[in-house]
Amino acid sequence: MSPFVTLLSRDIRLAARSGGSAALALSFFALVATLMPLGVGADLHLLARIAGGTLWVAAVLAALLSLDRLFQGDFEDGSLDLIALSPLPLELTALAKITAHWLSTGLPLTLLSPLLALLFNLPPPATLMLFVSLLVGTPAVSAVGAIGASLTLSLKRGGLILPLIILPLLSPAVIFGAGAVSLVLDQLGAQNALGLLAAFAFAAVLLSPFAAAASVRLNLGG
Amino acid sequence: MQFLFRYANPHEFMRLSGRILPFAAIGAALCLCVGLFLGFSAPPDYQQGRTVLILFIHVPAATMAMGVYGAIAVCSLLSLVWRHPLSDIAARAAAPLGALFTVLGLITGSLWGKPMWGTYWVWDARLTSFLLLLFIYLGYMALWNAMEDETRAARATAILALVGAVNIPIIKFSVEWWNTLHQGESIVSGKLAPVFLAPLLLMMAGYGLLFVTLWMIRIRTAILERRARTLMQAN
Repeated sequence: MSPFVTLLSRDIRLAARSGGSAALALSFFALVATLMPLGVGADLHLLARIAGGTLWVAAVLAALLSLDRLFQGDFEDGSLDLIALSPLPLELTALAKITAHWLSTGLPLTLLSPLLALLFNLPPPATLMLFVSLLVGTPAVSAVGAIGASLTLSLKRGGLILPLIILPLLSPAVIFGAGAVSLVLDQLGAQNALGLLAAFAFAAVLLSPFAAAASVRLNLGG
Repeated sequence: MQFLFRYANPHEFMRLSGRILPFAAIGAALCLCVGLFLGFSAPPDYQQGRTVLILFIHVPAATMAMGVYGAIAVCSLLSLVWRHPLSDIAARAAAPLGALFTVLGLITGSLWGKPMWGTYWVWDARLTSFLLLLFIYLGYMALWNAMEDETRAARATAILALVGAVNIPIIKFSVEWWNTLHQGESIVSGKLAPVFLAPLLLMMAGYGLLFVTLWMIRIRTAILERRARTLMQAN
């Protein structure tokens, strides 16, 4: 197996087994979606209107929960030093970790979203758009999040600073993702929004491994 | 480039900035005083009335808020690529000033919004993207303060500043796209009459000089602080 696949499958197994961060993220996602109607009332018309934005924000926050451990666990027990010494370039290491994070949180969140959309009375075409936009957009959350995780990996209170750093940077993903759902809800074409979201996600996945690798390097004392 | 590296030497920088500082400070005071005087003596705008005065304080603050982030990004690039030792200090010193300009822009913007739009806060594209800019400044400063090792903090924040610099135009674009989707308020933009243009330009120059003055003072203080620390460690 290539080092990339090895690292990827190791990280996915770690996410699935130790502490079950994927399951925690899913429960958090479902809980936020449950609390929202309790907060704003059970008016089905209103819920359908806010479903796209609420579920998008909840998905970003849920993915954020496990982000601070993206590099930190490996940093603390020293395995990050060994991974850095391996023939795999740090940029690809970062990409493997981003992919593993997406497969263990972004993808399950996306798969759960139609069920939660049902609770929000979102019509089927808009639900499909929510599903597609989360599928396209959540990789950007993992990618931009990896930059924040690598910058704060040596900090003890990194989990507190991480949201402050990356949430403003993720605002385009929320805007285009939730915007696409609203457009479908208003029976307008959402191709533009989806295209812009895809462009943002593509650029984020392409560029953030470099930024993440640079900041892992400096935190390893290079 | 040669010019930049000459003043990478803190000693050279202290000498030059010590000379420039009084002129910048006096220039800032003059521009701000004359600009405010001209602004207050300008006739009320036919649409905005006396509230047009707020714009003389608001517009330069908003311009500076973006400009200072640009300065931080350039300093960060210098520090990452050429390991320019002074630019870390300069980037760190500029951040609170930029955040203050952003806050000033937001406060004056909402004070202007109350009589104009009838509410203190409107989810207008510009207001919203400035609020996000403020959070970017806050995150940048929080990262600086959280990391103990200064060289490490300098490089980490430089990476963050550059990521932010790439992302800010995208955020601005996306917020504008979002605003048209949600049909926000729009302001009728007209040509600016000379009675308003002169004080506005003076205020902009004044804000710029004020930033340069405060920035230099902060950089000089940081350099002196470092020197004092080295002396204490030597003893």
